[in-house]
Amino acid sequence: MSNTQNEWPLWEVFVRPKAGLDHKHCGSLHAPDPKMALQMAREVYTRRLEGTSVWVVRSDQIVASDPADKDMLFDPAEDKVYRHPTFYELPEAVNHM
Amino acid sequence: MYTQMMDMAPADERKPLRSAEEHELETRFDARIDEGGFIEAKDWMPEHYRKTLVRQISQHAHSEIVGMLPEGNWVTRAPTLKRKAILLAKIQDEGGHGLYLYAAAETLGTSRDQMVDALHSGKAKYSSIFNYPTLNWADVGVVGWLVDGAAIMNQIPLCRCSYAPYARAMIRVCKEESFHQRQGFDALNVMMREGTDAQRAMVQDAVNRWWWPSLMMFGPPDAESPNSAQSMRWGIKRISNDDLRQKFIDATAEQAKVLGVTLPDPLLKWNAQREHYDFGPIDWSEFWRVVGGEGACNRERLADRVSAWDNGAWVRDAALAHARKQQTQAQAA
Amino acid sequence: MTPSIQIPADLRLRYLLRLADACLIHAQRQSEWCGHGPIIEEDMALTNMSLDLIGQARAVLTHVGQLSGKGYDEDQLAFLREERDYLNPTLVELPGRKAGRDFADAMLRNLMVATWMHLWWQRLQASGDTEVAAIAGKAVKEARYHREHASDWVIRLGDGSDESARRMRDALARLWPYGTELFAADEADAAAVASGLGPSRADLQPDWTAAMLAVLAEAKLAAPAPSKFVPTGSQGVHSEHLGYMLAEMQYLQRAYPGGKW
Repeated sequence: MSNTQNEWPLWEVFVRPKAGLDHKHCGSLHAPDPKMALQMAREVYTRRLEGTSVWVVRSDQIVASDPADKDMLFDPAEDKVYRHPTFYELPEAVNHM
Repeated sequence: MYTQMMDMAPADERKPLRSAEEHELETRFDARIDEGGFIEAKDWMPEHYRKTLVRQISQHAHSEIVGMLPEGNWVTRAPTLKRKAILLAKIQDEGGHGLYLYAAAETLGTSRDQMVDALHSGKAKYSSIFNYPTLNWADVGVVGWLVDGAAIMNQIPLCRCSYAPYARAMIRVCKEESFHQRQGFDALNVMMREGTDAQRAMVQDAVNRWWWPSLMMFGPPDAESPNSAQSMRWGIKRISNDDLRQKFIDATAEQAKVLGVTLPDPLLKWNAQREHYDFGPIDWSEFWRVVGGEGACNRERLADRVSAWDNGAWVRDAALAHARKQQTQAQAA
Repeated sequence: MTPSIQIPADLRLRYLLRLADACLIHAQRQSEWCGHGPIIEEDMALTNMSLDLIGQARAVLTHVGQLSGKGYDEDQLAFLREERDYLNPTLVELPGRKAGRDFADAMLRNLMVATWMHLWWQRLQASGDTEVAAIAGKAVKEARYHREHASDWVIRLGDGSDESARRMRDALARLWPYGTELFAADEADAAAVASGLGPSRADLQPDWTAAMLAVLAEAKLAAPAPSKFVPTGSQGVHSEHLGYMLAEMQYLQRAYPGGKW
């Protein structure tokens, strides 16, 4: 019923709370463009604290592997972080799923 | 708080296993759960486990978002600038919690639009407590004290939920949540200790209306919650409805004494043998009526959310249109 | 009923109340969006900005209370003045979301106000009043963020879809005439310049106009022709909208005399 093609893209958020630490994955959010993704990530995941570094990556740009499931490495459709509906482009006729 | 919804999910989603391989996967899955391990987004999981979690996490998220409305009702009327700021910060936290939870649910194969659609069409539920109206300023404090108090009690065990993205979201939520209950209690305490008679009456009035609905937040009695057993088995639910409810009553009855308010239950009494508070019967017909859509604010709450979303459609579409124009320009350059 | 407080007629207080009340009333209108934004992420941004504005209002009102010699606190000043003693510009009291105004209206209003406040706070960092300078040091960063956020949205909406462009044009036609008041200087501004308290609001106009036109150009929007309309909120003579807003805002303080919150 809902058309996921008009949904704002999903972005994964990584935050380094202070110098010396790694960026850590915090979660995701929806934003229409990189600038807003970054701004929103700061609003939502850091509440605009100074000194934090934020990375945002479009979720469908992340290439992932899961060593525990060796079969999956050979299936290109399985290299996304998770099975989000907008990651997979379906033919128009069945795009309503 | 949101496990309340899970108990009412249909139990008809279990499909028979198809192959020996799937049987093997399920055995490994069960073993990991039994040893207290975590399930991540890409791990194999039974379809019923996935569906149960999508429903629970998304309904938890919806509850946070709808929960912004009864308190939002008092933002423009907050009595001091400090209280206004605290209330705005709290409501903002709730929005943030909704976002963390939508993010966790999306790892299971659903999308934000799909979840919002389910809420707006009435297919997905949210915690029934938010269908009650906030009628005076003290309601805001009581919501913080009782409703957030109950939520915290439900949420702490979820920090050990077997589905790791949900557990991680809950850890983040719980870190921010304790401020919510404290600020509610503090607002009431100031009115009770230093306020006028009229203020004290306002507080007692709010307590009278919110006490029983808060107890209902823990869901129906264990004996009437058939899905609880499966959720416990899968490490989604850790403590039973009745046990959580008892814990809440024991803690809150003591807090009520500190505040100097009377909880509206003539049968509420410490039982030295059980080492718990005895309490009066809950009117479950009220619970089912409100869950079924006939509470004071069900229609308004949903209408507000639908209207915010629908009125925002042109905004979201415009932002996407602009982003696409920028991309086209960048590619042409 | 809790009675109103009276503010001494003092040019310094007048100047500072114009600043404080702009923050207070703008925050009050903007907070109507809390829980009703076009998407939750944006809801949080709007609420964050309302919190910033309330913080700025509290800081300046507290200072005004001290300077007044009457020992008023931030809440007495925020909640117990008569309407004619609120000195916000009319722009910020205009109807908002609850009255059916849309997100384009909200973003344009934010752009006009945040650009103005950013320029004002920048100059107040050099105030001879060390408390004002300190407040400005913090507020200027917040105002810069608000200005950037609003600019980005005006551009997105102006150069987004046909519908969003139409709504932005409607918002411009409605709000632009209220901009002139932001720079209508009087003896309070002259006194502020003379004492080193702060700039004349008139001095902010060239930079404001340049900044606004630049954003509008990028948003593919045209600034409306200048109008002869002269709002007077900062003189204490408001539109019909402030009365309703204050009735709501002041209700609990007025209805519970002696109340402690």
